[in-house]
Amino acid sequence: MYKFSKKLKTFSFALMVVGIIGIAWGFMNAPSTIEESKDTIAKQFEAHGAHGDADAIDAHAKDAHHDAAHDEHVFHQLQNRPWSALYVAIFFFMMLSLGVLAFYAIQHVSQAGWSIVLFRVMEGITAYLPIGAVILFVFLVLSGMHMNHVFAWMNPELVDPNSPKFDQLLFDKKSYLNVPWFLIRAAIYIAGWIWYQRRSRKLTLALDKAEDGDLTHYKKMMGASAAFLVFFLVSESMMSWDWLMSIDHHWFSTLYGWYVFAGMFVSGITTIAMVTVYLKSQGYLEFVNDSHLHDLAKFMFGFSVFWTYLWFSQFMLIWYANIPEEVTYYVQRFDEIKVPFFAMVVMNFVFPILLLMNSDYKRLPWFIIIAGVVVLLGHYIDVYILITPGSVGDQWKFLSPEVIGSALFFLGLFIFVVFTALTKAPLKVKGNPFLKESEQFHY
Amino acid sequence: MSSTSSTVIQAMYNDDDILMDAVKETRAAKYHIEEVYTPFPVHGLDKAMGLAPTKLAITAFMYGVLGLGFSIWMMNYMMIDNWPQDIGGKPSTSFIYSMPAFVPIMFEMTVFFAAHLMVITFYMRSRLWPFKEAENPDPRTTDDMFVMEVSVNGNEKELASFLEKTGAVEIKVTEKH
Repeated sequence: MYKFSKKLKTFSFALMVVGIIGIAWGFMNAPSTIEESKDTIAKQFEAHGAHGDADAIDAHAKDAHHDAAHDEHVFHQLQNRPWSALYVAIFFFMMLSLGVLAFYAIQHVSQAGWSIVLFRVMEGITAYLPIGAVILFVFLVLSGMHMNHVFAWMNPELVDPNSPKFDQLLFDKKSYLNVPWFLIRAAIYIAGWIWYQRRSRKLTLALDKAEDGDLTHYKKMMGASAAFLVFFLVSESMMSWDWLMSIDHHWFSTLYGWYVFAGMFVSGITTIAMVTVYLKSQGYLEFVNDSHLHDLAKFMFGFSVFWTYLWFSQFMLIWYANIPEEVTYYVQRFDEIKVPFFAMVVMNFVFPILLLMNSDYKRLPWFIIIAGVVVLLGHYIDVYILITPGSVGDQWKFLSPEVIGSALFFLGLFIFVVFTALTKAPLKVKGNPFLKESEQFHY
Repeated sequence: MSSTSSTVIQAMYNDDDILMDAVKETRAAKYHIEEVYTPFPVHGLDKAMGLAPTKLAITAFMYGVLGLGFSIWMMNYMMIDNWPQDIGGKPSTSFIYSMPAFVPIMFEMTVFFAAHLMVITFYMRSRLWPFKEAENPDPRTTDDMFVMEVSVNGNEKELASFLEKTGAVEIKVTEKH
């Protein structure tokens, strides 16, 4: 049985406390009136002036676009900043456990022989899903109640034909993009995922206690996993349209669901590898050998390449076709958020491909940790870039207390929930007919 | 008998698992394995025999980098330098602005160079070429038999009985040139 070490527990609480301070700072510093927002922007330009950029301020001051509509727009963007940072963190950590849940289901359906000894680690990580997904749902409800404007399409004025802000394109999408139906869909996805998470956990615990050779729970697990995977493939795709793509509500990409899935999957597998290495370093999981680590690192390597493939496919088709309503998405990202946009590709592709290419390096725990930290950070930035340009625009600020605070808070919560769940059951499953194969697994 | 020839025992096995165990036992007993002939690649045999790790992977990486470099030069020469073309209004006078369109070609060239040059390197290192006479001692090693060749240093009898115990189905003493 695993015992949650005091040190790690304190660490997770410390992360949460620091995180809350950062989040609170973000909300306190968000402007509550348009006047305050103007002040903030003016200060930014003064700061620019100190760098010897006086011409730019003059030019900006004379600029005619400094009208009331623009002020209101910037005001909403600044107001969105702490909410958007919070949403990135909520989604990212929910996505980690959801990716692991899909990986776990695939292991069952494919009757994989190598991964049985890692099942409890995966179950520990997926234990975060009910909490993470419910927090996310609460966030969506708050958005629906207009507490924030992360989802700009939720503004009723946009679909009111008598309003000056009326948006015909959005009006045409109204039957799909409206708050009640959006929340009902979210509830369906989340309910389906949580159902499988609960069910699979119950079945493996029952399999632990079952008599030798009793495979009823094992067979039920296979059915439940297959059903979940069918549901997951559809719900994951729709979830990515609803929760991420709708933030840029005029834009669409048919590859989006796969793209989000690839990021989710590689981050999930990286999390499995990192938790495994951590537990091994603490003297647990003695039955996990370096061939298991090798396989996890192979998945990290392979799915990093897969993610890059989708990232590039989506970009290249849009770049080549050059259709205005599609390219705006990338123009905004190239113009406004260039450095993180390209840094992310280096972190998610160049770094893992060079670090994890050599077969022997895939067996070195510290290599896996280094590669894993960079990959997870890279995918955090990826989620940040999926959400932020649509909600905050050019007012984004990655290295700010609210972004770092949100990330740290949910990292702390994630660690706390996952490692608490790991203490609940023995770290080695029993009763699986392929257990022996997994224990003897070697390359 | 020429000075380069040596006496070897060829022990024949009919199963790869038995062969793997035999290789491990023979090495543990400090006999010198000259070569093992198998009808198909046996996973982990190189490690069991104590062969040095292959450098083929490193050459593959270098060939890939070469292919990537070649494709960059090639696309720049074809599409920018020698015959700039206006395709879909994309700027054809700048490599970097046209680069996304070249990525699939860069990728394919990387794979093409790595794969083909690696195969050629493998053939050269294994001294394989068309019409080469086969080196395997028994035609059955291309069908369903495994042969382990162990060098003899005046311990013929002892070695033969040892190999028999490891599960060999046939044992032959022969001169090798």
